[in-house]
Amino acid sequence: MTAEVTTAPSAVEAPPAFPLSRSKCPLSPPPEYARLREEQSVSKVTLRVSGKQVWIVTRHDQVRQVLGSPDMSSNWKLPGYPLQVPLPPEVLETLELPLVAMDPPDHTVRRRALIPELTAKRMQALRPRIQEVTDQHITAMLAKGGPVDLIQELAVPVPSLVFCELIGVSGENVGFFRRYAEQMVNRDITPEEMGAAQYEMEMHLQGLVAAKTENPGDDVLSRVIAKNNETGELEHNDLVALARMLLFGGFDTTANIIGLGTVALLQNPEQLAQVKADPSLMPKAIEELFRYLSISDSATARVATKDIEIDGVLIRAGEGIIALNGSANRDDRFFDNPDALDIHREAKGHLAFGHGNHQCPGANLVRVELDVVFTTLFSRIPTLRLAAPVEELEFKHDQLIYGLYSLPVTW
Amino acid sequence: MRIRYDRERCVGSGACAFTLPDIFDQDEDDGRVLVLVERPGSERRKAVEDVAASCPVFALTVEDD
Repeated sequence: MTAEVTTAPSAVEAPPAFPLSRSKCPLSPPPEYARLREEQSVSKVTLRVSGKQVWIVTRHDQVRQVLGSPDMSSNWKLPGYPLQVPLPPEVLETLELPLVAMDPPDHTVRRRALIPELTAKRMQALRPRIQEVTDQHITAMLAKGGPVDLIQELAVPVPSLVFCELIGVSGENVGFFRRYAEQMVNRDITPEEMGAAQYEMEMHLQGLVAAKTENPGDDVLSRVIAKNNETGELEHNDLVALARMLLFGGFDTTANIIGLGTVALLQNPEQLAQVKADPSLMPKAIEELFRYLSISDSATARVATKDIEIDGVLIRAGEGIIALNGSANRDDRFFDNPDALDIHREAKGHLAFGHGNHQCPGANLVRVELDVVFTTLFSRIPTLRLAAPVEELEFKHDQLIYGLYSLPVTW
Repeated sequence: MRIRYDRERCVGSGACAFTLPDIFDQDEDDGRVLVLVERPGSERRKAVEDVAASCPVFALTVEDD
């Protein structure tokens, strides 16, 4: 007898693995973002790093809602927090949390200690020094002759030297920071070597804070320390944590934007020609690169502290949620024709630096750095071009902050 | 037009002071917004509205007089 064929009910499928994969177009975010924004803008994913299931939100208004909500915590130690780095629980337990992992009021006190040192004016005042460092490295590149790796020759050294300037590192210590920066983009390094480099850096920052507490100079870190000597709000370890945050926030991200931004501009020669002809277009072009490239598209994570409803979906207290700024920045409800790079658009309102009270405090520094680097690079080497097809470039598909491992260029 | 601002909300992103330094500045002590020109000419309205839209905590609003 022929029984009716019954197919086994498909097991409830685990939500897709996260981060989602990027497409063959390496400058674009995962293509799945676009489908999700239309069909299921709040959905669940399974974190690759831990197997935990968490929510993602994909639309511009939703990302703003999550990152601006007082009912969303940034505390890495809360059980539901969607950590995307493999930190063992025993390490997490003892970890001195960075600014990015704190909630008010602790976060507010620490951020306010730092913010006066990173004002728009102070960052603009660094421009001549950034220009000097950029010029030196481009001169060295030209002397070497192409092809060279733009990541090693320009994208890594400029922000790492600016960082040294910012926190008042000089002399032989500059070499130490430079080597550390190089190690961080070296894919051949073993986890042990990486751990050793991190430990050595930690000791270095500890020493730096101690030295500046004793003998403050004229730099961001010294001024924060000097002011704190009066108020006594922060402990030694808080100050080390601030220095560490400046380090991690400050140069790998900038290096990645320099690399990817160069590719994006070279891939759009008409727009690049306009910026070269009129460098006053550069600040707007840079804002558009932030939007278009969204290098930290999956780094903004929270855990709900109260039940919250987003577009009819209930997120319960204790559940993790990742606000995809890279998806928000390609949302056609907010930006016209968002998949096109358009240096003339009004890209203000992009969420590449996050949103709400955790928004990147270094945004104005990277704005100045990119303005100097791109303007100088394309004016001093007008014939700059890629020395390898885009398809062959090594993109950081395996990193939380997206970028390039190397970028061969010539002229 | 008139610029309204909420210093309590301000987190000192400085996007306003960076983009329109003739209209906005930041307090040297706490980094929070200072409005240098509360009533800029109407020809600046679009620019100020764009900056207000990029404020991470929506501390800036533009009102009609």
